[in-house]
Amino acid sequence: MQFLFDKDKAALQSEAVREPIEASRRTILKSIGGVGAGLVLGLQLPAAAKAQSGAAAVIKGDGGASTFAPNAFVRIAPDSTVTVLIKHIEFGQGPYTGLATLVAEELDADWSQMQAQSAPANTPLYKNLAFGVQGTGGSTAMANSYEQMRKAGAAARHMLVEAAAEAWGVPVDDITVSKGVISHKESGKSGKFGDFAEAAAKMTPPSEPSLKDPSEFVLIGTHLPKLDSRAKATGEATFTMDATLPGMLTVLIQRPPLFGAKAKSFDDTETRKVAGVVDVKLLPRGIAVYAEGFWAAKKGRDALKVEWDETGAETRSTAEIVADYSQSAATTGKVVKEAGDAEKVLDAGGKTIVAEYVFPYLAHAPMEPLDCLIEANESSAKVWAGCQMPTIDQGAIAQTLGLRPEEVKIETLFAGGSFGRRATPVADVAYEAATAVDAIGRTRPVKVIFTREDDIHGGFYRPLNVHKMKGAIDAEGNITAWDHVIVGQSIMEGTPFESMMKDGIDPTMVEGADDLPYAIPNFRASVHKKTLAVPPLWWRSVGHTHTAYSTETFLDELIALSGKDPVEARLKLLGDKHPRLTGVLKAVAELADWGSAVPEARARGVAVHKSFNTYVAEIAEVAMGEEDGVPRVHKVWVAVDCGVAVNPDVVRAQMEGGVGYGLGHILYAGLTLDKGRIMQSNFDTYRSLRINEMPEVEVTIVKSAEAPTGVGEPGVPPIGPAVANAWAKLTGKRVRNLPFAPIES
Amino acid sequence: MAKFALTVNGKSHEVDVDPDMPLLWVLRDELGMTGTKFGCGIAQCGACTVHLDGQAQRSCVTPIEAAAGGEIVTIESVAGAEAKAIQDAWVKHDVPQCGYCQSGQIMSAVALLREVPDPSDSDIDDGMTGNICRCATYVRIRKAIKTAAATLKG
Repeated sequence: MQFLFDKDKAALQSEAVREPIEASRRTILKSIGGVGAGLVLGLQLPAAAKAQSGAAAVIKGDGGASTFAPNAFVRIAPDSTVTVLIKHIEFGQGPYTGLATLVAEELDADWSQMQAQSAPANTPLYKNLAFGVQGTGGSTAMANSYEQMRKAGAAARHMLVEAAAEAWGVPVDDITVSKGVISHKESGKSGKFGDFAEAAAKMTPPSEPSLKDPSEFVLIGTHLPKLDSRAKATGEATFTMDATLPGMLTVLIQRPPLFGAKAKSFDDTETRKVAGVVDVKLLPRGIAVYAEGFWAAKKGRDALKVEWDETGAETRSTAEIVADYSQSAATTGKVVKEAGDAEKVLDAGGKTIVAEYVFPYLAHAPMEPLDCLIEANESSAKVWAGCQMPTIDQGAIAQTLGLRPEEVKIETLFAGGSFGRRATPVADVAYEAATAVDAIGRTRPVKVIFTREDDIHGGFYRPLNVHKMKGAIDAEGNITAWDHVIVGQSIMEGTPFESMMKDGIDPTMVEGADDLPYAIPNFRASVHKKTLAVPPLWWRSVGHTHTAYSTETFLDELIALSGKDPVEARLKLLGDKHPRLTGVLKAVAELADWGSAVPEARARGVAVHKSFNTYVAEIAEVAMGEEDGVPRVHKVWVAVDCGVAVNPDVVRAQMEGGVGYGLGHILYAGLTLDKGRIMQSNFDTYRSLRINEMPEVEVTIVKSAEAPTGVGEPGVPPIGPAVANAWAKLTGKRVRNLPFAPIES
Repeated sequence: MAKFALTVNGKSHEVDVDPDMPLLWVLRDELGMTGTKFGCGIAQCGACTVHLDGQAQRSCVTPIEAAAGGEIVTIESVAGAEAKAIQDAWVKHDVPQCGYCQSGQIMSAVALLREVPDPSDSDIDDGMTGNICRCATYVRIRKAIKTAAATLKG
């Protein structure tokens, strides 16, 4: 097994933008040692897509059929290595391994011959079938690729077999393929994929390659080692931070201290005295310091004196924003969903609970600070970045530089985390990089780097939210009414994703709240949309980060009021309409032996939530922690139903990581504004979960034959409410203002 | 600017840099060794961990002035029984997700095993708390360190 990187320095340095159309092709050719005799296949692309495709030109073996165009999903080299071009960014969630598995399965390849490589930016070829643009998000990588990549593998197999049959003069049906070996039993003939790559390229691609029945899978559903682990355990993996070009300048940008402020004037006298500083330019988003290396850029930027125009900037403090939201939350917002008459039932009195929740702004804080390397001239540009939305970044760069999108080549590198931050609909980092290279006349390549402080101060946060919830139970303890008001910011409004809004409602504000699965006769969910200069963004599991918390803790409170068991009561409320939610809930209860004796001074809580079509239930066991008001979470049990688990170990890893990411923020993280200024700046004040705070995690995967759904995000939503429910059981305290720990500044 | 002689992975180098420049940026920008990562710049995350005279050290806050003259080892050539056991265990358990922090995690884990060959959970906490993993691969980091320790015991 091997992982290909074509981003080693030699490759980078030889990639001149002089031949932009050829560039990515040559990189590919070089990296596999010549594909001339190889087989390349593509799938189900309209004729127009084929014509526009730069990659198609590389390809031999064009079948010519208009519904099939060769592209670069699958490449089989003469040495029999199979390279899968991965259209999704790899930032730890495992698409390099997962998507390669799908191809290998239908190809009947041996796992040791598989390689993965990032696909270039090319929307027609590599779009996410769930969005129509090339990009990764919403835990869709596996779901949208499942059939597409299997078909790519199946078609390749079909053509290899035809080539072998022709060479051996035997019927196609008598040929078998197993672990990368093509065999004809009767004649005793056998060969490897590479032996037939050139001949297979002349075969006609099947119009509808037949796929295996799941019962025939030999790789899908098994534990295959990840393709990128070795490179990431040796420091060899290349991230954008590590990529360099000859003559490259490092750029740090001084951005406004307040959201919505602009630079009025600046004095760079001292900056220019710093050895290594090459230039200083005013950009639309701030003042850029260009230097030979990071340290000079940082020292130079530290020495800048800037006067800011704060007209129109957000100047409120968190308390004022929360007060405003809270006032709105007291009234019904735009109704998203309604059944029965919740208001009437609640007004009638009886046993009711009213609760208000406050969720802070959160930064994604990916481990690799944001960065982007760009080289440009008058007719083209080339970009190396951990690019989560290639279509959008490509468009933004093209527009900024006056180029056509296809004149902007993007090589997506490994990204050191993202959690949504690298998927800005306004392409903030790519745009800044384009303005930075343009401001020095496109004379030298530049790499824009964020410091950690830039990242934490930089906006594009999980938005602050206030929820107001009211609920009632009857004499038998049945929940009779539920009224949920959400106040927050729209992520989609004013972006290319606005088309996904319906009736002015951004679904990411209410997801997980408007589709509450529990049988409650009188129900209302409504939303107030606020507009602030603080830019909001999707953050690992998006709306579910707050709706799962409010709904699952509030439900728990109502259940506790009725004196019922949290698991039993949920199962009853789910009834027979939600078999997959019921399935994970039962599975997690069994895994944790729910109802058995809990160790002394500990308590357990449960939560179940569906997000991105994946179903997850979690049980957390907590005790009093060392810090006041903060639990020590000892153990978390997870049950997940994500359809077919393509690589169960990757699924487990994502559940473990989702629990850790969610837990760290629920317990410790929050951003506050003081007169508009973000008061946290690095991991000393924006606290991250550490190893000593990580619980033991046990995961069970519910067996399913459904098509696979994502696992990158769905592990996150249930952990907060599971912990909060356990904490309430232990202490009697319902935490409604997050995080648990005081926010430092 | 000033000239400094330093030994990195057994090789001598001379650099002419700002005496304040942290070792991290000397390694990355001057010597082109990018395995050691920038994560926070204030010794909070551990992504920049190297070995300086055998001790795990946060290179982002170690000025070149203080590091020059010492023996520096980075992820590019960390070697020996502990390093091999750790890196193999990292692969065996598929520890990395995004992978960006893992150079630092591994440098800390190797230093831990050299100090404490058979670490308990609390030894692991003590040795590894300075290394943040935003993907929260901590469950597997713990497992891999125990696997490596078992391998070394034979």
